[in-house]
Amino acid sequence: MYTLPKDAKLLVIGSGPIVIGQAAEFDYAGTQACKALREEGYQVVLVNSNPATIMTDTDVADRVYIEPLTVATLTAIIEKERPQGLLATLGGQTALNLAVELSEAGVLERYGVQLLGTPLASIKQAEDRQLFKDLMEQLEQPIPESEIVHSLEEGLQFLEQIGLPVILRPAYTLGGTGGGIAETMEQAISILTRGLKQSPIGQVLVERSIRGWKEIEYEVMRDGNGTCITICNMENVDPVGVHTGDSIVVAPSQTLTDRNYQMLRTAALTIIRALKIEGGCNVQFALDPYSDRYCVIEVNSRVSRSSALASKATGYPIAKIAAKIAVGLQLDEIVNPVTGRTYAAFEPALDYLVVKVPRWPFDKFPQAARTLGTQMKATGEVMALGRNFEEALQKALRSLEIGVDGVYLAEVAAWSDEVLGAYLAAEPDDRRLFALAEALRRGVTVAQLQQGTQVDAWFLHKLAGLVELESQLKQMTLEEMTAEQLLLFKKKGFADTRIAALIGTQVKSMELQVEKSAEQQVAVALSEQQDTASAMTGLLQVSKTHPATAPTPQDVRAKRLAAGIKPIYTLVDTCAAEFESSTPYYFSTYVGEPEEPNSEPFSKKKAMVVGSGPIRIGQGIEFDYCSVHAVNALKRLGYETVILNNNPETVSTDFDTADSLYFEPLTAEDVLAVIEREGVELTFVQFGGQTAINLASQLAEAGVKIAGTSLAGIHAAEDREEFRQLLDRLAIPQSVGGTATDVTSALATAKRIGYPVMVRPSYVIGGQAMAVVYSDEELVRYMERATDVGQGHPILIDRYLAGKEVEVDAVCDGKNVLIPGLFEHIERAGVHSGDSMSVYPPQSLSEEEVRTIVSFTEKIALHVPVVGLLNIQFVIVDGQVYVLEVNPRASRTVPILSKVTGVPLVDLAVRVSCGEALAEAGYGIGLYPAKEYVVVKAPVFSFAKLTGLDIQLSPEMKSTGEVLGIGATYEEALAKAFVGAGIPVGASAGSFSTGLLVSITDRQKAEALPLLERFAALGMTLFATEGTARLLIEAGLHVHTVPRDEESTQSLLKSGAVQFVLNAPTLAQDPTRLGYQLRRFTVEMKLPCLTSLDTAAAWLQALEAKTKPIPMYLNV
Amino acid sequence: MKGCLVLENGRVFHGDLIGATQQAYGEVVFHTGMTGYQEILTDPSYAGQIVVMTYPLIGNCGLNVRDFEAQKPWLTGFITSEACDLPSHHESEGTLADYLAKQGIVGLTGVDTRRLVQTIRQHGSLKGYIVAQDQREHLVAGMTETASEKGSLFPALPRDTVKRVTTPTIYTHTKHGDSHVVLLDFGAKANIARSLAGIGCRVTVVPATTSFDKIQALEPDGIMLSNGPGDPQDCADLLPTIRRLGETYPMFGICLGHQLIALAYGARTEKMKFGHRGSNHPVKSLATGQVWMTSQNHGYTVSEADFPAALTVTHRNVNDGTVEGIAHAELPVFSVQFHPEAAPGPQESYELFLQFLVLIRERKGQQLVYAT
Repeated sequence: MYTLPKDAKLLVIGSGPIVIGQAAEFDYAGTQACKALREEGYQVVLVNSNPATIMTDTDVADRVYIEPLTVATLTAIIEKERPQGLLATLGGQTALNLAVELSEAGVLERYGVQLLGTPLASIKQAEDRQLFKDLMEQLEQPIPESEIVHSLEEGLQFLEQIGLPVILRPAYTLGGTGGGIAETMEQAISILTRGLKQSPIGQVLVERSIRGWKEIEYEVMRDGNGTCITICNMENVDPVGVHTGDSIVVAPSQTLTDRNYQMLRTAALTIIRALKIEGGCNVQFALDPYSDRYCVIEVNSRVSRSSALASKATGYPIAKIAAKIAVGLQLDEIVNPVTGRTYAAFEPALDYLVVKVPRWPFDKFPQAARTLGTQMKATGEVMALGRNFEEALQKALRSLEIGVDGVYLAEVAAWSDEVLGAYLAAEPDDRRLFALAEALRRGVTVAQLQQGTQVDAWFLHKLAGLVELESQLKQMTLEEMTAEQLLLFKKKGFADTRIAALIGTQVKSMELQVEKSAEQQVAVALSEQQDTASAMTGLLQVSKTHPATAPTPQDVRAKRLAAGIKPIYTLVDTCAAEFESSTPYYFSTYVGEPEEPNSEPFSKKKAMVVGSGPIRIGQGIEFDYCSVHAVNALKRLGYETVILNNNPETVSTDFDTADSLYFEPLTAEDVLAVIEREGVELTFVQFGGQTAINLASQLAEAGVKIAGTSLAGIHAAEDREEFRQLLDRLAIPQSVGGTATDVTSALATAKRIGYPVMVRPSYVIGGQAMAVVYSDEELVRYMERATDVGQGHPILIDRYLAGKEVEVDAVCDGKNVLIPGLFEHIERAGVHSGDSMSVYPPQSLSEEEVRTIVSFTEKIALHVPVVGLLNIQFVIVDGQVYVLEVNPRASRTVPILSKVTGVPLVDLAVRVSCGEALAEAGYGIGLYPAKEYVVVKAPVFSFAKLTGLDIQLSPEMKSTGEVLGIGATYEEALAKAFVGAGIPVGASAGSFSTGLLVSITDRQKAEALPLLERFAALGMTLFATEGTARLLIEAGLHVHTVPRDEESTQSLLKSGAVQFVLNAPTLAQDPTRLGYQLRRFTVEMKLPCLTSLDTAAAWLQALEAKTKPIPMYLNV
Repeated sequence: MKGCLVLENGRVFHGDLIGATQQAYGEVVFHTGMTGYQEILTDPSYAGQIVVMTYPLIGNCGLNVRDFEAQKPWLTGFITSEACDLPSHHESEGTLADYLAKQGIVGLTGVDTRRLVQTIRQHGSLKGYIVAQDQREHLVAGMTETASEKGSLFPALPRDTVKRVTTPTIYTHTKHGDSHVVLLDFGAKANIARSLAGIGCRVTVVPATTSFDKIQALEPDGIMLSNGPGDPQDCADLLPTIRRLGETYPMFGICLGHQLIALAYGARTEKMKFGHRGSNHPVKSLATGQVWMTSQNHGYTVSEADFPAALTVTHRNVNDGTVEGIAHAELPVFSVQFHPEAAPGPQESYELFLQFLVLIRERKGQQLVYAT
């Protein structure tokens, strides 16, 4: 029964830019929803500001608007498109909030738009704390004693009643932003104050803490006819107290009896019946580990991160089914797409276990507070499947790409007993799992750990078992190890690398032990700071100096294969093999009988695309976009496609994407096993970001045919020295530089080059620990800190070229080069390309500069030579074009350029990699003609979630997502990009009522003055810190002087007189400085804070133009 | 100790023996529930069967005093991929292996249960032995003999299981209650009586073979036919009593009880390829169109061939369309193939007990009013 006629037009709202708490899972959900709706014959109009997504591809919806997600924009689109229905439960909290706002603004009613799926009243009932509390009381569902407060006074009153500790949860915020647990009155006041500010409706729930209880989630669905099902339940390894997004999670629950399981399931269904959910819903419970008592923690009346996880964990496509329910279909009318023979009205039965581990950004942001609480901090997650917990856990850990391949973290192992003890007694952080294992290693008992941490003994026993196996490994040699023993270790999830690192390290021979531990130390030191490939190279170098007795991962592999021990691949079939399944969604396991070799000859050529792993700073959803497009291109070329990835949030791990999906860690061992099993002919590593390309050497060494650019070509671009020589040969200018290993040599090098200099440790990715340094003093400080980071590796010092940056993505077949377009950065060099605003086509380049860039690009591409994609970053200083960096792979800008130019970059890269000539591919060669519109990309940050992190734009990437503004003019595009990124442009900004607080470093005061004059001319009220104020007064501007102390600036911001802050810092990352405190406080107050004069100038330009942007769709 | 499962089709699955150290023989069936191993272990419907758990980690919560469905297990063997030696649950009183040993049940763990399920799915129901590794030679040697000898090696399953598992004597489960339900125990799960007691019934449990007169003498207000093991057609001797009871009292049947009602009123039953055993079976109510997730455990089903006019189908399985519920056209008699008493499994069909109560009260001239 369809709610709307079959050809009706439906509006789908996406979730916008990736931020912590709202990531790629909504691209997956939204894409599925669009496909599902079109399958049913509907026309889909999609709005999302995030250009890096699959869902904003023009073939996903009939009309794709990449526009800011605001009520104004959506109203304009509704007015123009006149959709009959609106689906808002698949775009995260963003879409849900917008639906509420659109309804409250009367827009839906005015244009006769019907809200599909879960009714608005239910959404409000689940979201609004008081309504929710009332409902739970009515349903006799226990909730922790709580009260909703609207002010600090009210909060304190309630606190007196219930006592500490309490949990504070602001209403209507993403991923629990602004919430926290307070143990002391001081903490309670601080969190409450922040929460009241961050909640858009100024509501905070204060509740009695049920910390330490088991946290259990149920993913449930209900159709319009009242049929309710549970897709899966999940148990957090971390008990209540850590946000579920920051918890290690297993599915299904492991420590619940059927009675416990059904009690909570029944409660979940009671709640969704009462809420009249039509679609997906998530219910979180706390269960007392010592009784049958439970509490309902939270209900999300929409598809969530957990539902993406549950979909991948069970095979049940929640978003797709939710979209069909929203248009009126019933669960028993929808075929289960996994089996193809049963119906969607059933509950998946798993015959395996799933472990999810969050991926945190603390490797990038050592200065951010890594404590985990009720505010989510992870940027992404990995999922692994196994037939036992140990296998799934160890697979998940090596999927993280944090230099670990087991329950061992060198950093934690180096702690003294006192430090370890103190750590475990304190608030948990991202290292807890490793600390628990380390404690067990040192003889702490499971009972003691359970008492101290409330982690269930079941998980601790499993960890203890792993620790015991490790100690067995240490005491045997590879020669002694029997096939049966080796199989046992593989069954428990030990990677070949882990076995090699541990084996024989404690056998009697002292010599071997010493050698081995030295190797381990180096390996650990390397892997901590480097990407996998260079760590591997390091390992190989080290192992050469060792006696032949220390086995390498290759030795373990050889022994394993000789013994015939290979992984078995099992289907995720939703039904525990009860029914035959037609969906090739696999995971590996060593538990079970060996597979019979595939006797059928492969009918088609097979190609594999190596995915990009968990979302992290610097490697986001863009690479998933590229992987998915590569699969589609290969399918078009007649290949049977295999995709390998471990990120449950993404479209690439939708079983609908490739012909076969393997949910596996992205390590050489795991990838090789799949290549061998599938008989893959061609392997693509250029689409999965650094993760995939780092595997190139190891795969090639094992005889795998790497598609596209050769291994030598990859090295020519990636290896710093080789690349320097290549540019010299081509007579292409590059920045002068040198290296230093200590302060003295650093100062000497800097002196030779001249300040400012760009400094960074060698062996880092994504600009980690990169900085621009202006003076000896700063350099000394940098070197002091960098010695921790660099671990004895030289520090690279280059001349800082403070010019205009230009980014190019190109495709090359080895003979010709096609450049679809150039992106000009708005901020000058020194800001990481991922964090800069940029514009297509370039607005200020001369024809000569463009010609040079094109010519350099062609030269480099042909000399590497590149077959497939390449990305180059240029900087232009005084008309001279320098090359900064070349990446022989897909880049962050590929999806954007593909979308805005209409040149299918990934498709072309695949085609040329498979032998097609670029000249005949239909898009020509050379620089592709620019489009008539202008496109501006703006970064989006998650600073509010990462306490302690300095927000200043720098060479170190900090953004989590991006938005696009597409306009007829540069100013219009700028305006849209700013608005999309949460920086208002328009009536609310640029008037007398707008207060702007400025604080400018001496270095940039002269440069800033004209800008500040223009802000004043717009009518803004200027506030300035003392030095800056003096400058403005001297220039004859009216300004309110703010004393240079923390209290004055903070009370000003709190007063509400200031809506924007412009702070060009002297020195970043120094928590003792006022600038740092001001920037952090601005973030806490949720006010926009610009730290680059270039960004400020662009914002000014948008403000001054006073454009009225019109929504534009991309479909031809 | 190494052991294995030897199936009648010659397939052998290896593992480690746990629990009792003896040989086990039975029909090998699989259950897809991810929780509820304790309830499954003690569900008398598994009498004579070797149960395979498809979820690989079994025994995580140990065994507790509250979740037994019968005083002892009736199954002959229990197969898992992994059996937890270090359970964690505040109610746990012992491990799975200890329980099996104490109860004399043979367990086999470390088995490729997924492959085993696939074998059963493809082949259909199979009989098999769990034996110690060194006994296997003997068995396999026997299997290479002629077909008739093979038959003797894998004998037909016993046909008297209901009589073995039923209570030997009449007893009172719950003394007090508004309505008196007599529960015919064909191998009843404890939660049926608990559920009846939970809605305020007085419950008397009687042996399967109790005569109509004896039951009548108990002055019941309603009759509950329980679940139980084996082929319903083996209980043909009970059908006349059931027919008479149905003509006299409101009657509600579960699982085997449902099949016996069907047989009593002229329908047929047939053996399924490998049955339904799990906690996720979708059953559609033909009256409301709503689908319940149900707990199931049956290897036979009510056939629709020559379906008697006196009965109507009320529920169907969403996946294979099999009959999941019937009602008598005139009498207050109804039954379901699935388990509204759950334990293990979803609880939403619990309301069928309330429907039964409505019939009982109607017969007594009362209207049931209950809070929703």
